Amino acid sequence: MDRRKFLRAVALTGAAFTTMKEADAMSVLTQSFQTNRAATNYDLVAVMGGEPEVMFRKAITEMGGMQKFISKGDKVCVKPNIGWDQPPEMAATTNPKLVAEIIKQCFDAGASEVTVFDHPCDEWRKTYSNSGIEEAAKKAGAKVVPAHQESYYKTVSIPQGKRLKTAKIHQAIVDSDKWINVPVLKNHGGAQLTISMKNYMGIVWDRGFFHANDLQQCIADVCTYEKRPVLNVVDAYRLMKTSGPKGKSPSDVVLSKGLFMSQDIVAVDTAAANFFNQAREMPIERVTHIAKAQELGLGTMNLESLNIRRLKI
Amino acid sequence: MLKKIRVILSVLLLFLITLYFVDFRDFLPESFSFLEEIQFIPALLAVNILVLASLLLITLLFGRVYCSSICPMGIYQDLVAWLSKKFTRKKKYKYSKAKNVLRWSVLAATVVAFVFGFTFLVGLLDPYGAYGRMVTHLLRPAYLAGNNLLETIFTSFDNYAFYKVSIYSLSLFSSAIALITLGVIGYLAWRNGRTYCNTICPVGTTLGFLSKYALFKIRFVDEKCNLCGLCAMKCKASCIDSKNKQIDYSRCVTCFNCLESCNRDAMKYRFALPGKKKPAAIAPAYSYVKAEKPGKEVNLVKPENELKSVDASRRRFLSASLVTGLAVGNLIAQEVSQSVLPKRDLKRQVPIAPPGAVSFDHLREKCISCHLCVSKCPSHVIKPAFLEYGLGGIMQPKLYFDRGFCNYDCTICGEVCPTGAIQPLTKEEKNHTQMGQVQFIIENCIVYYDETSCGACSEHCPTQAVHMEPYKGVLTIPEIDQEICVGCGACEHACPAIPYKAIYVEGLANQNTVEIKQEEVEEIVIDDFGF
Repeated sequence: MDRRKFLRAVALTGAAFTTMKEADAMSVLTQSFQTNRAATNYDLVAVMGGEPEVMFRKAITEMGGMQKFISKGDKVCVKPNIGWDQPPEMAATTNPKLVAEIIKQCFDAGASEVTVFDHPCDEWRKTYSNSGIEEAAKKAGAKVVPAHQESYYKTVSIPQGKRLKTAKIHQAIVDSDKWINVPVLKNHGGAQLTISMKNYMGIVWDRGFFHANDLQQCIADVCTYEKRPVLNVVDAYRLMKTSGPKGKSPSDVVLSKGLFMSQDIVAVDTAAANFFNQAREMPIERVTHIAKAQELGLGTMNLESLNIRRLKI
Repeated sequence: MLKKIRVILSVLLLFLITLYFVDFRDFLPESFSFLEEIQFIPALLAVNILVLASLLLITLLFGRVYCSSICPMGIYQDLVAWLSKKFTRKKKYKYSKAKNVLRWSVLAATVVAFVFGFTFLVGLLDPYGAYGRMVTHLLRPAYLAGNNLLETIFTSFDNYAFYKVSIYSLSLFSSAIALITLGVIGYLAWRNGRTYCNTICPVGTTLGFLSKYALFKIRFVDEKCNLCGLCAMKCKASCIDSKNKQIDYSRCVTCFNCLESCNRDAMKYRFALPGKKKPAAIAPAYSYVKAEKPGKEVNLVKPENELKSVDASRRRFLSASLVTGLAVGNLIAQEVSQSVLPKRDLKRQVPIAPPGAVSFDHLREKCISCHLCVSKCPSHVIKPAFLEYGLGGIMQPKLYFDRGFCNYDCTICGEVCPTGAIQPLTKEEKNHTQMGQVQFIIENCIVYYDETSCGACSEHCPTQAVHMEPYKGVLTIPEIDQEICVGCGACEHACPAIPYKAIYVEGLANQNTVEIKQEEVEEIVIDDFGF
């Protein structure tokens, strides 16, 4: 089976080289090819008990290495959660060490450029700096780009969306070759949980539309945007169990030391939600956008059907 | 030499003060707010004894150095006068008599108005405050536009050194006042140099009174002077009567232009004990004001109170009729169509003063509307009020949440405020300062009328004064706790309900301290994946 797929890919690549010269078409082809190959390993990797960067290294190795997802010369966008003006200890934002490690590995895999951004809810300058992500990402060589003005966003159509038909998505995502979704696992007053899918709300300009037009459906809808992340990496090194998504005191935070990684956004959110359920009761039925996304064919909530690698450090 | 030092010092200070106002990227450290704190009226209102004593001492020693080199409005006028000289070659100033009645009346009126809580006049005439408004409302938009232009250029080369900023008008009234100030003072400076400083400016009049007794003064060297009159032609304060070899020291701003102009070295800036030749006209003018003051005080008490009560009752009437009108409108709408939900417009009844403003009275008393807080607020939530604080509080800062909300941990407005109108707060104090209280209108809430999830308000709430409680099925709906609300407006800003928001903040005339309970950290150990 493996060999057959490989041969077919080689043949396709050859055909592509001879018939197509457009770089865009090429990158689309290689992307889908890699997606197929990655799926032959593990569908989902879950790691526990290490530092953020250590857990990521383990997980990506189990997934088959970063070069499986990022090709030479790729313009990559890494999208963490930088939504709130809180220090990393509050787990309101993605762990900066994890973000830095991902950027580093993207460059190691040959990425020509890595950009990092989020559309924060709090004042963006404070949020970028107090989250520690701006500094860590710049140190790792990434470009940290602003997202506080509508002009940074491009209108795209969401044909599969039920409520959300078009959205303004940040140009860093629209213009990238690949993007990696790096949410943090948190409680959320409106959506109940915020994980990979809810992290999409930071790539759009008009969040108010989501809230005003069935938040949970819009979250699922936006995930049908044609350019999917090549990886979803859920940071659960610390998780915010209550008062999310911003949090008010350290009592909201649990040092849980987890990390989940998958290309299947529904599966990785299901796994993370189950993990969260141990810190505070949160039945997955309450996080209705996950089921709505499954309905849209974005992935599966049935973890038993998947090839999962569980790893404790 | 003296003139050169004066020019360099003035230009440097004007540049720094102006840059501090428009600088949104913190090129200048926050400590540069001392440039505003050394201004006369701010120091007076903040009761900054050190600065006040220094300014008075400098004036008593060297004359009106403040007017010459520290006051940004003074330097602005010099700049305009200098430009006018470039355009009209044979620009000549000539001696004029002091407008004592006018200047002392303006000063008296300002003091009386201030005593009766009408700080607006002080704010309007204070040269620093007026300059601040000119920069905030006229120069700042240009500075931001320049930034955006550079951003476009740099970003097209893939350089992210600049980022875009929004440019918008904050207040029509304040912008108009700033424009009028710029125009009128600029025109006077173009025509006659320091007219504003010597006829209207209350600071100029006060310091002018003191500078008469200054130890260092410009003096004629009698044996060298040939009465050519060059010095008077160069005097932008029009205070040199060269025919009589007299200088009106109350108007001299120690610019030293006359020293430079004299071909015969017949003018010297030197030490001399005061009190030799006192111009007779000035002393009576002062006593006239003193006599006038108590009489005015008595007269003004009643009208002020009457005005207030009339104003309040009219406002109550208007708001009552507005509410009635809306209610009737809603009832009619309901009758016409059952499917139209009754939605309530929200209208803030009480303005929200910036954190650390203590109370409306405190703000009204101390604020001269220089709008430094407006310029500096990183969250863009401060703008000048119109009549929300009453007549005396026109142009004073209030919070609004169209473009953002007050950052929970941010204390910048209080730190930069030079008058103490907005008290500096520590982060801890700020976190417990209540500027307003949250109000929830359930019939406008998306969760209530659309029965879908939302929670945007609670998401943004830093103290969870707005939190989500179980509602129908898996839905949760906002619940408010005014006790722990700081009034930051995050919920109001975030609320996506249309056309009317379901949650907003009502201001408080007196700011409170809120108790926020510290929750205990419970140890939770997760040792399995859970799936």
